[in-house]
Amino acid sequence: MRIGDYKETYASDEAVFRTPTSRFWLGVLFVLLLIFPFVVSDYLLYMANMVGVAVVAAVGLNILTGSSGQISLGHAAFVGIGAYTSAILTTRLNLPFLLCLPLSGFSAALLGMVVGGPSLRMKGLYTCIATLGAQVIFEFIFMNWSSLTGGIRGINLPAPTFFGVALDNEFKFYWVTLVVVVICVTAARNLFRTRVGRAFIAIRDRDISAQLMGINLFKYKLYAFAVSSFMAGMAGCLWVNFLKTVTPEHFPLSESIRFLAMIIVGGLGSILGSIFGAIFMTVIPEALKNLMGLLVETYPEAMSYLFPLKQLIFGLLIVAFLVFEPHGLAAIWRRVKDYFRLWPFTH
Amino acid sequence: MSILSVKNLSLSFGGLKVLSNVSFEVNQGEVFSIIGPNGAGKTSILNVISGFYSPDAGRVFFEGLDVTALSGDRRAALGLGRTFQNIALYRGMTVLDNIKLGAHSRLKTDLLSSLWYWGSAHREEMELRRQVEGEVIEFLEIESIRRQSVASLPYGLQKRVELGRALAMRPKVLLMDEPVAGMNAEETEDMARFILDINEERNVTIVLIEHDMKVIMDVSERVLVLNFGQKLVEGKPEEVQSHPAVIKAYLGEKRGG
Amino acid sequence: MTEFLQLIVSGVAVGGVYALIALGFVLIFKATSIINFATGEFIMIGAYVFYSATVVMGGPAVLGLLSVLGFAALVGLVTERLILRHMLGQPIISIVMVTIGISSILNGLADLIWGSDFRNFLPIFPRSPIIVGEIIIRTNIFYGFLVAGIVVSIFALLFKYAKVGVAMRATAGDQMAAFSMGINVKSMFTLSWALGAIAAFVGGVIIANISGVHPSLAHVGLKIFPVVILGGLDSIGGAVLGGFIVGIVENLAGGYLENYLSGGVRDVAPFVVLMLILLVRPYGLFGKEEIERL
Repeated sequence: MRIGDYKETYASDEAVFRTPTSRFWLGVLFVLLLIFPFVVSDYLLYMANMVGVAVVAAVGLNILTGSSGQISLGHAAFVGIGAYTSAILTTRLNLPFLLCLPLSGFSAALLGMVVGGPSLRMKGLYTCIATLGAQVIFEFIFMNWSSLTGGIRGINLPAPTFFGVALDNEFKFYWVTLVVVVICVTAARNLFRTRVGRAFIAIRDRDISAQLMGINLFKYKLYAFAVSSFMAGMAGCLWVNFLKTVTPEHFPLSESIRFLAMIIVGGLGSILGSIFGAIFMTVIPEALKNLMGLLVETYPEAMSYLFPLKQLIFGLLIVAFLVFEPHGLAAIWRRVKDYFRLWPFTH
Repeated sequence: MSILSVKNLSLSFGGLKVLSNVSFEVNQGEVFSIIGPNGAGKTSILNVISGFYSPDAGRVFFEGLDVTALSGDRRAALGLGRTFQNIALYRGMTVLDNIKLGAHSRLKTDLLSSLWYWGSAHREEMELRRQVEGEVIEFLEIESIRRQSVASLPYGLQKRVELGRALAMRPKVLLMDEPVAGMNAEETEDMARFILDINEERNVTIVLIEHDMKVIMDVSERVLVLNFGQKLVEGKPEEVQSHPAVIKAYLGEKRGG
Repeated sequence: MTEFLQLIVSGVAVGGVYALIALGFVLIFKATSIINFATGEFIMIGAYVFYSATVVMGGPAVLGLLSVLGFAALVGLVTERLILRHMLGQPIISIVMVTIGISSILNGLADLIWGSDFRNFLPIFPRSPIIVGEIIIRTNIFYGFLVAGIVVSIFALLFKYAKVGVAMRATAGDQMAAFSMGINVKSMFTLSWALGAIAAFVGGVIIANISGVHPSLAHVGLKIFPVVILGGLDSIGGAVLGGFIVGIVENLAGGYLENYLSGGVRDVAPFVVLMLILLVRPYGLFGKEEIERL
């Protein structure tokens, strides 16, 4: 508790950013985010867009797995549903990008509730297996329902337009990504200021006593599933419109595991953790790819090591963080902040 | 006037018969205690009343309504509160959030309002905070630990927070499972005082399971003794205390007061 | 009609292997309440270990078998000591996520160590296929089924009669009670993981003998989930029956639907069954709903 920081109204005590200092740094962050695209290279802008997509997906997954305790092994499939939905709506019905965003979300949310629904009546482990089933089944559908999804060749889209302006480069797309990220992060934070978010955490921590406190377990687990899949769908829509192509190889089980790694490394149940984890688990594979690219001159087979190396590192990170730092990078961040806040009286 | 009644409850798990033909009525506004040796089935009765276990036979009536087929969350919404033998607080939340959660069934915010927040959800949250502060936090004297994570609290305070969570529901009937277990003399006295205040000032009917005989004798108006899942004796505390069957089964060798 | 019977027989044969692997999975689940998401990777590692012992080092099949057993013991030890001990007290979902992490680690390691080309075992069994009426059974499938059956029987006898088997069943039923009876619960954990690993490893060797050694063996592990959900997560009999049913479903789907849908149908069909089971009978054929204490 900060000394001298007292509140005179409940509203100010319940605010998300309660001190002038935290509000100041929030402002700084916003300014930096606004300046960022003007001062960096296209490559970094490309990375920023990919990170943004990952953040949206990770925040969604964290609501389901981190805060509500339902492990999902099918998150990549739901991102894929969003991507394919947007691709199909754009190429077949010429729907504008702005409309595709929520529609991709809804389609993923609906399908998510259909496949996840039955398993939500039981303990979380069954949902885990059900989402695995969803992952396998949707991978099959992406690959084989060629008339809808283009089969192995996938679908190509033109660049999306936003009120007439074609979003055909990283710079222009950045603004869309930024807005979607801010909306998702804000919505997620709002959730946990209300009884809905509290219900999620109660279900995770002690579902029986949660029920006896008046929480309808099935209904709220379904809500968590819906919100999580909706965000996955939107992430998919952003993703496909940014890359302008989608193929079935983009959403394998290993990608679902990468999303899990994001929230485990970042911090389960923490929105800030989702952001850290998304950045971390998007930058690491990219850095690895660049590293392999450098090594290719001396070791021609270096590239074939890329995928297994990624898998090895993902796995090690997951295990290491779960065993040693279960609250993830977010907890480490908090400790660092506390150290500086209390300095020179740290203990 | 009976606010809670239980008729011919029987419950078994596999071959183990936990409750046999148990019936009793709890009057509105009283403190009704259930005692008995370990394994007698006391917690199981509360679990059946709460809706966690489904009885093999028998019915549960709440305010005259047959709730036997209602799920646990619906019973909570009717005003049936509960505290647990093994503290069932949510470790991932602060004291304040745990308490606010108790009010869940009284609130109205749905998924969409919560995602947007600024509007009805905000108003409801502010009103909730005001209520919780006035009715629970001040009453239980836990202002200083509002924002602490419950996992870091000592045992006695955790039990108090759990009571706070049950109070936030504004229950009509509060089922309490061994509220003073593991507490020292001072904490026990505080808890007993809270129980009496809740019962007298807020007119909450209390159904209490306890092993601490002093607490039982001090706060109860009527006592039911359970042994091997069957009702042994029911009556005023003094009657039960001196009943020979009860002494033989449970209270041990000591005779008299 | 012949085609139908042929498919059934092939289904039963491969189902036997599934039953074996599922048995190992259920063992781990019953004893430690952990869902082992690395089952597929165990299957794969078993095959690679056998391959290294026999093809790479040129040893006889027996050496391969011993290496596999030794490795399984290692797995049991490492899992219990290094990982489970550190995770004591953490919620089950965290431990399950650790197994997901382990699966990723093993996948990467296997690919790095052995590469991703197809390898083949040296032939162990006689070549000429067994013919019953008009039904053809390849020898490696037939003997694979036999081996699976033998191992399952050994496990069954172990549980029913051996002291250690009874101890394991006790631990699976109630850890506290077993502990107070003097059973070393930690050893039981190690043992159950080792046995579960053996089941998966042997299964991997059998499958690799049929279709080659390759990282994609790990995908077989995914198919174990329909088997155990169908049979019931905590039921040993269910695992065996479920294994056969899934093997048959797979073959029938592959045989009849491949022409209409695509080659991958046989791999997806068990998962469609999985989703249906979750809908209508989520605890499976023989699973028991757990009674919670409040």
